[in-house]
This record gives sequence, C-alpha cells and structure tokens, in this order.
Amino acid sequence: MRRTSIRNAGIILVAGAVVLGSAACTKKADATASPAAAATATSVADVGGMEALIAAAKAEGSLNLIALPRDWAGYGDLIDNFGAKYGIPVTVDNPEASSADEVNAIKSLKGQDRAPDAVDVGTAFAISGAEEGLYAPYRVATWDGIPETQKSPDGTWYADYGGYISIGCDAAKVAVCPASFADLAKPEYRGKVALTGDPLKSNSALMSVWSAALANGGSVDNIAPGIDYFGKLKASGNYVPVKATAATIQSGETPIVVDWDYLNAAKTKDLANAGVRWSVAVSNDATIGSYYAQAISATAPHPAAARLWQEYLYSDEGQNGYLAGYARPARLPAMQAAGTVDPALAEHLPAVNVKAEFPTDAQATAAKNTLTQTWASTVQ
Amino acid sequence: MRSGTAARRARLPWSWFGLVPFFGYVSVFFLLPTAVIAYSAFRVRGEGGASTFGVANMSAALGGAYLDALWNSATMSLVCAVIAAVLGMVLAYAVATSRGGLLQKLVSTSAAVLANFGGLPLAFLFVAAIGNAGVLTVFVQERLGLSLRDDLGLDLYSRGGVQFVYLYFLIPLMVLVITPAIEGLRPEWREAAEGLGARGWQYWRHVAGPALLPHFLGSIALLFCTAFSSYATAEALTNGTLAITPLRIDGALSGNVLAGQENLGAALALSMIVVVVPLTLLYQLMQRRSSRWLQ
Repeated sequence: MRRTSIRNAGIILVAGAVVLGSAACTKKADATASPAAAATATSVADVGGMEALIAAAKAEGSLNLIALPRDWAGYGDLIDNFGAKYGIPVTVDNPEASSADEVNAIKSLKGQDRAPDAVDVGTAFAISGAEEGLYAPYRVATWDGIPETQKSPDGTWYADYGGYISIGCDAAKVAVCPASFADLAKPEYRGKVALTGDPLKSNSALMSVWSAALANGGSVDNIAPGIDYFGKLKASGNYVPVKATAATIQSGETPIVVDWDYLNAAKTKDLANAGVRWSVAVSNDATIGSYYAQAISATAPHPAAARLWQEYLYSDEGQNGYLAGYARPARLPAMQAAGTVDPALAEHLPAVNVKAEFPTDAQATAAKNTLTQTWASTVQ
Repeated sequence: MRSGTAARRARLPWSWFGLVPFFGYVSVFFLLPTAVIAYSAFRVRGEGGASTFGVANMSAALGGAYLDALWNSATMSLVCAVIAAVLGMVLAYAVATSRGGLLQKLVSTSAAVLANFGGLPLAFLFVAAIGNAGVLTVFVQERLGLSLRDDLGLDLYSRGGVQFVYLYFLIPLMVLVITPAIEGLRPEWREAAEGLGARGWQYWRHVAGPALLPHFLGSIALLFCTAFSSYATAEALTNGTLAITPLRIDGALSGNVLAGQENLGAALALSMIVVVVPLTLLYQLMQRRSSRWLQ
C-alpha cells in the first residue's frame, strides 16, 4: 500500500511538470505573431500612413499597458476612448506599479504575450531605460509640438504630461488655506501637513521637499534646506509623517497635503461626496515642475498597437484627455498657440504665480543622494 | 529482528523520495533566492555598465545611514519582542490556567486572527483611533481636556508609536506560540513541589521557569524576526522618517526615486538574512530543548 501511494505521488509530480512545461510553450508560441514592419517603424510614414497603422494595430488585436491608475491624469477615459475609437481591447496590468516596476516588467516578461507594449515612466527611468536599449525609437506625427528639452533627440522617450508641486487643503476643516511653504510652518497648521509617501520612494514627496528647499534658500543644486525645513516642521508637530491618502483626508488626519497639482486636483470631485471641500493652489513661494515620459517597449508584443496608442495620446484629443485629468500635457504650449486647447478644461488648472524650476537628471541624482543620507536623521 | 532492520533500510530510499517536494519547495523559495541575493549583493556596476565582483554594495549597506537603519531595525525589534514576549506570556498563562473554556477558545481564536493583522489596514486602524484627529484623541481632548500627544506622551508617528502598533500583532503571536508550552506544564509537578514544601516563587524558580525558559527564549527569537521583517505598517506611519532596513530595501528596489540601486538592495537584504538565520536556528534549537520536557 505504502509503495503504491508513493509511486502515485511520483506520477502526479511528473504530470504536473508536463502540464507546466506545455503551458510555458503555449505562451511562447503566441508571442511570435506580429508584423515586422511595425516593430521597427520610427514614424507613422514607415508603416505606410495612419490607415495602415490602424489596420496593423487591429490585426494585432490588443494593447498591453501597465501602471496606469484610472484616476491618474485622465487615463481612465483615455483608455476607454482609445478602445472605443479603434476597437482594440486594452489591458492595464498592475495599475499601482511604480516606474521601476514598469522597467522590470519589460525585462522580465520579454518574449511573452503579456509583456507591456508601452510605458509611462518618470524621466529618470526614461533616460536609464533608453541607455539599456529597452525602448524603440518613434516620433509621433505631432513630434514638433513637444518642447525640445522634454524629449530624447533619438525618439526613444518623450514627455507626455506633468504638473507642479501644489498644496491641497480641506477648506471645511482649515480656516485659512495655506498658499506657500512659509505658511505651512505657522502654528495654526500644527498636526495637519502631510506628504503622499516617503521621499526616498515617492517622486512627488521628493519634489515637495525639494520645492520647500527652493522656498528656503536652497536651489536645484541644494536640497538640504528642504530637509531641514521638514525637520523643523516635524519638531513643531506641523508635519504628520503618515502616508496621505483619500482615507486620511476624509478622516481629518491630513487636511493639508503637498503633492503634484494634477493629483491633488483630481481628488476634489471624489472627496466632495465625503464632505471635504478640497482646494488646490500651486505654492506661491517656490515650486518644481516635472513631466512623465512615454516610451514604446523595444520588445512589445503588439508594436503597431503601441505606436497607434502614442499617436492617439499626442493627438489634440489625447492631449485634451490629459487636461481633463488635471495634468498639463506636453503639447500644451503648442496647442495654446494653435488654439486647439479645450478652454473649459484649461480653466481647471491651478494658476502658477512663481517661476517653476525643472531639475535636470544629474541634479536629481545629487539631491537623492543627499536625501538618502540625511532625511531619516534630520526629520525625526 | 535482524531481517526487520534490513527491510527498513532497503525501504529508506523510497521514504526519502517523499521529501522531494519539501526540498524542491525549500530550494525554489529559500535557497535559490538567497543565492541570487548573495550573488547580486557582490556585483558592482562599473562605469561602462559592465558588472564585476566587488564589495562596494556591502560596504555601503554596512555604513552611514544604512547602518543606522540596521541598528534601528534591530533595537526596535528587540524591544518589541521582549515586551510582547513578557506580556504575551502573562496573558497566555492567565488564560491557560483560568477555568473558563469559552474564554480560552475566544482568546486563542482572536490571537490567531490578530497575529496576522498588519500592513496599511493596521496603520489606518491606529490613525483613526489615536491619530491627531483620531476618535479616541478627540474624545480624550473633549472630555478630559488632555492631549494624547502632549500630555500623555503617546505620539503615533514616532519610533515609540510604531513599536506600540507592532505589539498589536506581536502579543497575540506570543500567545499562540507559548500556549502549548504552558499547557505542557503538568499539575503534578506543582503538586509535587508543594508537597516537598516549595513556595510559589520557588516552584517558578526551580521547576516551571527552567522548563519554559528555552521555549520563552525561542519565542523571543521568533517575535524578533517577525518585527524585524515588518515594514508596511512602519512605512504608512512614518513616511521614511523612521529609518529601518526593510524600508531602505523597498526604496532601493521598487521606488520611483532611486534608479539602478538593485544591487544595494540585495546587499541590504543579505545583511538582514545574516541577522535572521542564526535566530531561526536558535529558535529551532530551543524548540528541541523544550520539547524534551513539555510534551
């Protein structure tokens, strides 16, 4: 009896291995069906025009995206409208993933049918990914409208949308909403000011600290005054080091949140249902601007759909879609000149009354190193 | 007799076959990841993007802010483990020796549930209760005119606050692991000791204490490892103002901010493994010692 059962176990193990092996084979076989022309195309002309690109994308049948929360920069509607317009179903994997996760997904899912086709990453990851050869160069039809400083000359990445560091505030709980970093240090805001994460992990928290540095005698080359500023804010009890979310805003724990303006503004509608009067102002003593970037994966399983997605995002419709999500699209200046911006959407944007700084990648690396060394020891 | 032994020996290879899934599991989920971590911890990315072997990651992981984080992690976990072990032990003893069967069931069931509570939900639970705008904070402020933070020294967003929250799942865990040992203390021992004229404290000093000690120390090791590896709660409550190693690994591996720090993350992870593995072995050793008495 005993021997029989052990042998059975052996058979089950072998059978399991066979099933797993064949499953892996099926996945690989699927990934090979993709038009070669689209995979190397660097512009819509290479594919043979817009009609040909649409036809090729439809033939591929789907589009894989990653790390796009529906309530982030208008992506929910952008994805739905793209799917409806071209009849291509869109899959978004792991909506809450970070830029690092997106780059990892390109590497680890390479050759599989479910690998991401295009990514939306922070500038640091756009540059490092391009250096590693992970992205396919492509210039959208509206390429000239993207500011020169916000795209890679070889077309491997290009800014899509961005915004400025702002101060969100629940007017139902705070008598006078703060408008500057100098305001945030006032005693009346004790136990009220929060960030959306650890500045060593979250880009918006990092930029909030850096903006505070600019307001306190620092510069794009010197983030230290911002770290000291948050150290003082923590000591006075103004800074609440909890990770601010819609839940902590509703509970009244974090009535003031420093974050990107498009993320702060996007909360307004949902929070209004919970009795929160959320107002957003770009800090008027200093602010930092930052843009995310689009890039097509060099190993995209649906290269034509990936390129069609880029054409859609950078069309007037796509750029106004970002604007509907309170983000400032990369082509905004060009579209304002051409008069193609939706004026009702542009009105929602908080006014910027101070010269915004745009740190370079090298400056960001230096700032991160300083932060890594001193954040935890200064702010405690 | 002799032929029986021979038959058992001949069957040995077959019975070992039953362990294959276990070893497979351990290799895939422990040995292999550990080997990969150890390997990448010693890979250093050069200027041209090529990797070579080197100790730069390890020396970075064991110096400056990263060393402070490791020290913080270790001391915090030790404090939590000792407090939780003592309180959990008292609770488990009180419950095990109480007469209420219902109470015993209630405590063991809720301990099993609470010991697995953690992460963001646990952090928010405490924020909603004793945060700056928490229900209890507001209640105490309005009814007693006292501030939890200023008058009672209870600041959720500090090292002490995080330790306080950790106790919420560590004490139930202690109850879970120590209860079988306490139940193994036989009433006859106490009767025998008392029959020989021992007082309460003498019974504890010479009989129950030595019998429980290995298990108690082993449990502290287990609680230490649990606290040492927790991070989601601390992250939500401190935004990195409390430097602990798991948060530093998280920042190096999956943050939006630091790019190309994977090998440093591996080095930090390796430093944690080096701390945890001896403690796990200690736990095993202590379990074996205590099981000699408490069956």
